[in-house]
Parts: sequence; structure tokens; C-alpha cells
Amino acid sequence: MTEHSDIDHVSGRSTTGHEWDGIKELNTPLPRWWVITFYATILWAIGYWIVYPAWPLLWGHTTGVWNYSTRAEVATELANLQKVRGDKMVALGAAPLAEIAKDPALLALARASGKTVFGDNCAPCHGTGGAGAKGYPNLNDDEWLWGGSLDQIMQTIQFGARSGHPKTHESAMLAFGKEGVLKKDQIVTVANYVRSLSGLATSPGYDASAGAKIFADNCTSCHADKGKGNQELGAPDLTDKIWLYGPDEATLVETISNGRAGVMPAWVGRLDPSTIKALTVYVHSLGGGK
Amino acid sequence: MNKPVNPTELQLDDNGPLYVAQKKVYPQSVSGTFRRIKWGLMAFCLGVYYLLPFVRWNRGLGAPDQAVLVDLPNSRFYFFFIELWPQEVYYFTGLLIVAALTLFLMNAVGGRIWCGYLCPQTVWTDLFYAIERWVEGDRRERMRKNAAKGAMKLERFAEIVLKHSIWLMIAWWTGGAWVLYFNDAPTLVKQLITFQAPAIAYIWIGILTATTYVFAGWMREQVCVYMCPWPRIQAALTDEWALNVTYKYDRGEARTSLKKANELRALGEPVGDCIDCYQCVAVCPTGIDIRNGPQLDCIQCGLCIDACDTVMTKIGRETRLIGYDNDINIHRREAGKPPIYRIVRPRTITYAAMIAAVGAIMLYALLTRTLLDVNVLHDRNPVAVKLSDGSIRNAYTVRLLNKRGFDRVIAIDVDGPVNATLHVVGADSVTQDRPMVVLARDTTTELRILVTAPAESNPEKSIPVHFRVTDIGLGEVASATDHFVSP
Repeated sequence: MTEHSDIDHVSGRSTTGHEWDGIKELNTPLPRWWVITFYATILWAIGYWIVYPAWPLLWGHTTGVWNYSTRAEVATELANLQKVRGDKMVALGAAPLAEIAKDPALLALARASGKTVFGDNCAPCHGTGGAGAKGYPNLNDDEWLWGGSLDQIMQTIQFGARSGHPKTHESAMLAFGKEGVLKKDQIVTVANYVRSLSGLATSPGYDASAGAKIFADNCTSCHADKGKGNQELGAPDLTDKIWLYGPDEATLVETISNGRAGVMPAWVGRLDPSTIKALTVYVHSLGGGK
Repeated sequence: MNKPVNPTELQLDDNGPLYVAQKKVYPQSVSGTFRRIKWGLMAFCLGVYYLLPFVRWNRGLGAPDQAVLVDLPNSRFYFFFIELWPQEVYYFTGLLIVAALTLFLMNAVGGRIWCGYLCPQTVWTDLFYAIERWVEGDRRERMRKNAAKGAMKLERFAEIVLKHSIWLMIAWWTGGAWVLYFNDAPTLVKQLITFQAPAIAYIWIGILTATTYVFAGWMREQVCVYMCPWPRIQAALTDEWALNVTYKYDRGEARTSLKKANELRALGEPVGDCIDCYQCVAVCPTGIDIRNGPQLDCIQCGLCIDACDTVMTKIGRETRLIGYDNDINIHRREAGKPPIYRIVRPRTITYAAMIAAVGAIMLYALLTRTLLDVNVLHDRNPVAVKLSDGSIRNAYTVRLLNKRGFDRVIAIDVDGPVNATLHVVGADSVTQDRPMVVLARDTTTELRILVTAPAESNPEKSIPVHFRVTDIGLGEVASATDHFVSP
């Protein structure tokens, strides 16, 4: 340590003893509390090395005496979560679907849980509130491709649509244009016929009887006689105000020419049964449930 | 350190360091008016703090019966007859405003009343000094013992251990009392004794034990001088009429001993009432000399007034050479005019009026506080749904708040689009087209309400929709307004 015996005459304070061309530096040490705090932080850091994972090694790292790991912490937290949820989710899993809505506590649990699960898994296609988008059904309305009862909704969530799962909804719309079943002008005619089913305007020069005939020959096997659709086959009702892809002529021509076969994954292996039940109740409660 | 702290050494010059090394203060015991006031206020403050958690208040079945309770897990604050929900945190804002204004008013009337008598730092430090005096003796004895050289005698060692043990016990109980405000006190005390209490309780007791012990036992006046912002703010808020603990230098100079004073008087020299006995310095808990005038380090506890009065009485001079006073009166007396005291003046009137106004607003808010409330949140995705028959439906998340301590049945009415139909997901029953819902006591119920308007009756893009909930039994009504939107 430097001896601070050298006193500066002007300020009356000691100097560090360093001198440059006759200029001396006043000794202004850091406050003691500051220095102590500084050393304390160093000691604290060393404590960290000992207790927590810290130093990288060639194949791995030091684990620390507490064996702390964020991954293990997540596992513990998840296990705790299961424990906390335990009874309630078990009760939800055991209750028949139709009974859940009658029990306010179960309904609230199912809706809250369903909402979270929906946000994590379904929102990318169906939107955060199930509003859907072109090609992705709106789950708030009363039109259902595969049925809107609790059981039907659960069936669809479990196995999806054209998902590859053995129990999935399979049928798809034929690409009438691409497969050469209908010619271009026939497609335009039947597209106009489909528009007329729900009272939309048709193009000038459109032949209604030809349209009806084409529809009867090609479409009624799935969409039913009057175009009312068939939920067994996922064939939508063509007479209502709701359109999955759009009601304008160009979109209809595209639909008929290339067919439609939207895909939804099966969730049966990915979500546990009580969660799927919660999700079913949530989707049903959005407003469109039958 | 055998001689009293020379106050001039504590004065900071502009070029000096910002921090002066702590000089140990050995306040002497004193008795008098202000000491009695301080004992009384200390007993009151500590009594309230330590005992309040044990006061019971009946709120009915199922509700906690602790008079003052911060129930963090259930997000409720209980204060006797008041129960607050988290969204009513503005009552605390109001309380803080009133507290600040009261501090300003106290300051305008009598300087640092808060610092001298009521601040926890003062109260606990005073208590710790009392313990120290009781164990180690008064000022001179403590100074002698502290300065003693050589090996420590067993007796002295025992004294130190005893003092710190008592300090730690008080500190521990201070931390213990704090956690009792956050849990049912008798239950928690039982758990603490049997080591069944949650870890967080022990952690908080540990933290507050440490802060109390360090602040009141070791740091003492350092907290006031270096850590606390109030002395700085106070200096900016004060005015010339505020009464501060003041040495009345109008009672003459020079300060000298009784004997010398008589000699000087005989020679016709000026002499003051102060006999330079340093008693005011000896009793000061921050170790300053009040005769140097108002200063930041002075917490204005009034103990120097008591010390000086004792001496003045003994030597037969007029008391209150040190007292609550201000510069205006010193100058008036010097000029031979009677002193004037203006407690009521624009500043104090303004503060009092502001306190009254904020207090009145808070009281009004508290008295008109709703115990049934409804909040409506319109669905954002989708904003509106077109149904297969062309009708339009909007969905709302409706939150119902039942702040009463019992369950009740409410009916829901919606006034919006013409001929609209209403569906409440999970409604308990529907009578006369009014959905009914049971609201559980002291909690929030969330419902999904669907409002559907026929295609032809809703031509506008957006129209207001009113939600009204009515308590069937009590007739209490709450309402909220949102919008019905067409795609």
C-alpha cells in the first residue's frame, strides 16, 4: 500500500504519491462501504459457481452442489399442476358430455380449460375466438360440416378430417373439372345454379334447367336433393347464407373444378381425454352448438 | 471518545466528502414533557402494530374474522367493516395522498413532528436505546465501557450478549407481527411455534428481523441523515411560520458558566442565558448541537427542550431557552415586540382543505360503493357471426361481481337490437324470458351471453346494447353498455 504521508498544501489533503511534471494526484479513495459491497458481490458470485451450474467443461458443465436445473424445475411444476388440477379434471373426464353444461362449476372449468387449449392448438387455423377464415370453418355459427352436437364435435376433434387416422372423416369433394367429369361451361352453369339455391343473383344468359340437371346428376349424391347437404359426408348445406370458401361465381367455379378437401389433424393422441372433453364443451358453448 | 461530540466536526463544508464516518452517539436519559409525549406515542404505535392482527371482527360465516387482513391468495383486503377488491386499489392511492398531505400539514404546523415522534425508525431506535440504557447504563457509563482497553471482562461480555439478544427478540417479534397481517393471526402463531408455517412466513420474518435489528440497533441516526428523503423534501416545503425546535439566541450571548457570567455582568459585558452545559447535545439521539440552528440532522424530537428546561429550572432561569419557535419570533423579541404564532395561515388552511377534500371524496366513494357490478367484454374474434338464416349474432363475455357475503339470484335483461333473442350459456333457469343466474358469495361469475338479431331488424352497422342485472331479492341493479355490431 502507498504511504499517504504527502500532504497537498492547497487542499490540505493527502496525495497518492504519484507525480507527473510536478502535478500530483489527490488521494480520493472509494468509500469503504462501496469497496465492501464490491468484494461482497465477488464472494456472492463465487457462491453462485459452487451452488449453481456455472462453468462449461469439455463434455458438459459443472452442475453445482444444489443440482439445480431449469428443466427439472419445469418437470416439477408440471407435475404440481397435474396434482392441483387432479380432482377437478378427473371429475370432468368422468362426467357424461351432456351433464357438464348442467353443472356450473364443471362448465366453468371446461370453458376455462377449453379456451386455453383452443388458444394453444386450434387458434392457428380457426382464429383465437374460433372465427375461422376462408377454408377454415367459423365455429361460432350454426352451420356444421360434420355435425354440431357435443358428440359430433368431440368425434371431429378426436379424429380430425382427412387426417390419416383410421377413424377420421374421409370423404372429399371430387375435382369435377380436373378429372374431366364436367366441362368448363357446365361448371359455370352449375355454379350459377348453386348461387340460385340461396337466392343469390345469377349471370345473364344462364340456363336454369341445365343447371338443375347437372346438379341432379353430379352433386345430389353428397349435397342431397335440394342442396341441403349431408353431415355424414361433410357436404355443406348450399342453400344457407354461410360459405366456407365464398359464394361468388369465380370461387364456386374453382371449387367445382378442383374439389375441396380441407384437412384437420386428429387430436386423440396429442390431448388427453379430459382435455378433449373440455375443448368440446368450449367449442359447443361458443354459440353454434346443437 | 470521552468528550462530547463536537458539533462543528459534523458540519460539512462544500469540498468535503459526501459521507462522514459514523460517530457513535450516546444519548443521555432525560425526563420532561416531550420525553413523556414520546413514551406515550411509542407505547401507542407499538401497541397498535403488535396487537392489531389479533383483533377480531365478525363478517359472517365463511369470511375471515380478522379485523385487519391482507388476504393475498384470495386478493382481498379487510379493514374492520371495509372489504376491498384488487380493482379498488384507488382507495390506497387516496390514503397515500391523505398521508402525504397530513405530513405536509404537520410540517407546516410543527416541523418534523413525524420524524421526532411517529416515524418507525424513531420509535424503534428510541426503544433500542432504552434497552441499551437499561442493560449498559447511562451515557457516561456506556462511553467509559466502550472506550475501555484490555481484555474484556466476563461481566461486560454478558452485558453485550444480553443487549443484542433483547434487540434481536424485539426485531424478531417486529417481523413476526408483520406476517400476521397477511394470515389469520392465531392460526399462524400456532403454526410458527410448531414449525408448521409456510416457508415464506419464516423468510419474511427473517428479512424484517434483520432490517429492524440493523436499522434500529446499528444504523440509527444514519438512516435519517443519509437514507431518508424526507429531511430534504421537508426543507423545501417549510416556511418561515413553521414552528421548529429552535435555540432562542435572542436570549443573549455569550454562552458561559454561571460563575463567569456573574463576573462579566459585573463588568457590564453582555451575557446569554445558555451556560454551555452541553446537556442538549448529550441527550440528542442524532448527536447534534441544536444551538447551531435548524439542520438536516435534527429530527426535532424535543428531547433537548426537556434537557435544557431541567437545567434552566435548576439554576433559576426562565425555561424554554430551546423550544418550538421560529426566526420571525426571535427577531420580533430582539426588536422588543411580542412573538406571534400563526398556526392558521393560507398554507395550513390549504393543506387542511385538501385533506378534507380527498377524505370527502374517499368517503363518498366508500359509501356509494356498489356491491353488485357487471362488466361486459365484446367478443373480438369474431366480432359478429352470420348465422345460416342470415341473422346476426354477437357474443359477450359478461363478468358479474357479487361483493356481498352471501349467494344471490340475479336476472339478466338485455336491451339492444329489435326482436333480439338472448341466450346465456349455463343459465340456471329462464323465467318470463329472463335468464336467472346464482352468484356465489364474494366472488366473480363469468358468463357467455349470445344476442341474436333477425336479419331484417338490424340495418345499422353498430348500435348500443345495454346489459342490466337485477338482484331478485334485494332489488339492487347494475348495468353496463356495449355495442351490437353487424359484419
